[in-house]
Amino acid sequence: MNLRANKVRLCYDDRTVVDDLDLVVPQGRVTVVVGANGSGKSTLLRGLSRLLKPAAGAVYLDGRAIHTMPTRQVARSVGILPQSPVAPDGITVHDLVRRGRSPHQTWWRQWSPADEAAVTAALEATSTTEYADRPVDELSGGQRQRAWIAMALAQQTAVLLLDEPTTHLDLAHQIDVLDLITDLNREQGRTVVLVLHDLNLACRYADHLVAMRAGRIVAEGPPGAAVTADLVDTVFALRCQVITDPVSGTPLVLPYGRHHTLTPEGTP
Amino acid sequence: MARTFRLSIAPVSGVVSRRAAAVCAVLVPLVGLAFVLEIATGDFPLPVADAIAALTGTTDAATAFIVHSLRLPRALVGLLAGAAFGLSGALFQALTRNPLASPDIIGVTQGAGLAAVAGILLGVGGGLALSTVALIGGVTSAVAAYALAWRRGTTSYRIVLVGIGIAALCASVTNYLLLKGNIYQTQQALHWLVGNLSGRGWQHVRPLAVAVAVLVPLALLLHRWLLDLQLGDDVARGLGVPVQRARLGVLLAGVGLVAVATAAAGPVGFVALTAPQIARRLVRTPAPPLVAAALTGALLVLAADLVAREAIPGTELPVGVVTGALGGPYLLWLLARVNRVGSRG
Repeated sequence: MNLRANKVRLCYDDRTVVDDLDLVVPQGRVTVVVGANGSGKSTLLRGLSRLLKPAAGAVYLDGRAIHTMPTRQVARSVGILPQSPVAPDGITVHDLVRRGRSPHQTWWRQWSPADEAAVTAALEATSTTEYADRPVDELSGGQRQRAWIAMALAQQTAVLLLDEPTTHLDLAHQIDVLDLITDLNREQGRTVVLVLHDLNLACRYADHLVAMRAGRIVAEGPPGAAVTADLVDTVFALRCQVITDPVSGTPLVLPYGRHHTLTPEGTP
Repeated sequence: MARTFRLSIAPVSGVVSRRAAAVCAVLVPLVGLAFVLEIATGDFPLPVADAIAALTGTTDAATAFIVHSLRLPRALVGLLAGAAFGLSGALFQALTRNPLASPDIIGVTQGAGLAAVAGILLGVGGGLALSTVALIGGVTSAVAAYALAWRRGTTSYRIVLVGIGIAALCASVTNYLLLKGNIYQTQQALHWLVGNLSGRGWQHVRPLAVAVAVLVPLALLLHRWLLDLQLGDDVARGLGVPVQRARLGVLLAGVGLVAVATAAAGPVGFVALTAPQIARRLVRTPAPPLVAAALTGALLVLAADLVAREAIPGTELPVGVVTGALGGPYLLWLLARVNRVGSRG
């Protein structure tokens, strides 16, 4: 599945958030979108997933404008997990994951062996099988996020768009969720687009990094090549040093603040 | 044992909760029993066996007249209106993800009430004419709520807020009309406003039956989208649900059901609010179960009408007084429970 945005303008009412944006999502890779608050990351994801209709330009899925396609057909190719979704009170993990099969069902055929297999596989892939019968609202933040990812997995889409899947999670659970997403990408070949806040984790987990500022892409490419101190200054208005992460070999951003800085700004 | 089983009659298939199936299997005979008792009870009490015999057409002419002309239409209005109230309440509560929501909050009931009271004051007689006026009033206020809430699409939240405003407006105009009317008109209007099954005939049953026959299957078909809508608009859209159309469909079914039921029986209080919640607790699902809510609504109205007719010998209370008396304490209990356990109503 080839997903790309062509000269897209995205607005909320009269407020333009993303303008004249071109993006080709690399197939079978993990793309991570980073940027300051309000830079249009989530809006871009909403545009890519047709939750928001472009005011100009278009998003193309295998060459067809996504907004002209039946929404159910799009839902069988592109899955979207919005930021901090809220499950209805009392819904169990199993029931939630079952909803992921919705685009594959019809009025008359509301449950098939293929649905059952997809749900079982999604629960297993996210290690949520053991609490499948527990209500989502009784789970910890990390477990809850896994349940939602399982729902998106059960949808069995070639492209998976996740808006800040690690918000409100502690560091261990952030790593856990990002490892899970990497597994899904590597083992099942799914194309993944993530919005992440943490630049260092973005550098570590991205095959392709997209940096946004004020609704435009200011840099993209492999993190090792794209992330420089100048880029961080451009995107976040923050002076920093970029070194190589001794654990992952990817760029590690060390910001300068006004306090707790041993070496003066600018010295390597 | 699994909580659900797969039901498949090729090419139709679906997943049914065991508990929901069991609850419905208990509710159906209970509704049937209340229905037969409703026919057997009255100024000329009939033995239950005679009531059943009359329904199957094997009885003497006098009994047949009582049953077919007087008791059966009343029982059918109770059955169908109760089911419509219950199902409509379940649709609204599921759509708004709020256990305290009912069709009242988007002004359908108050709109129907205002139209009916205005009709009575303007001299529209009882029966079908008044039902039609009420129906128009209910649908008009719901359409107004939806239209005023529209701003490049709607959200459930905004529809509810606008609906509350419309309901308040209708209620205050109704009160003004009640103060202006003469005592006889006002009494007739109050009788209607409480919700009443007395004097209901076939002219009330027919439109109600047609509407229920159309809207109940529509609601059941929309159930699939309703489950997705409960995950939030964005998730639902991501799952391929046409969110605006789905919400409009659910609202149409819910408003239609409550409007025809109100037109036939008056705004019988608390049924739409409580029946889905009772059903939800029986079936133990997060969302109000539609079929069980309809059956609970029917049982509640029929049982309340039996109490209303038998509670005070020689006096027949309007059914709405009894459902209110049963529903009020229940609502208090529900509220206390919501406060105690947080958001989990």
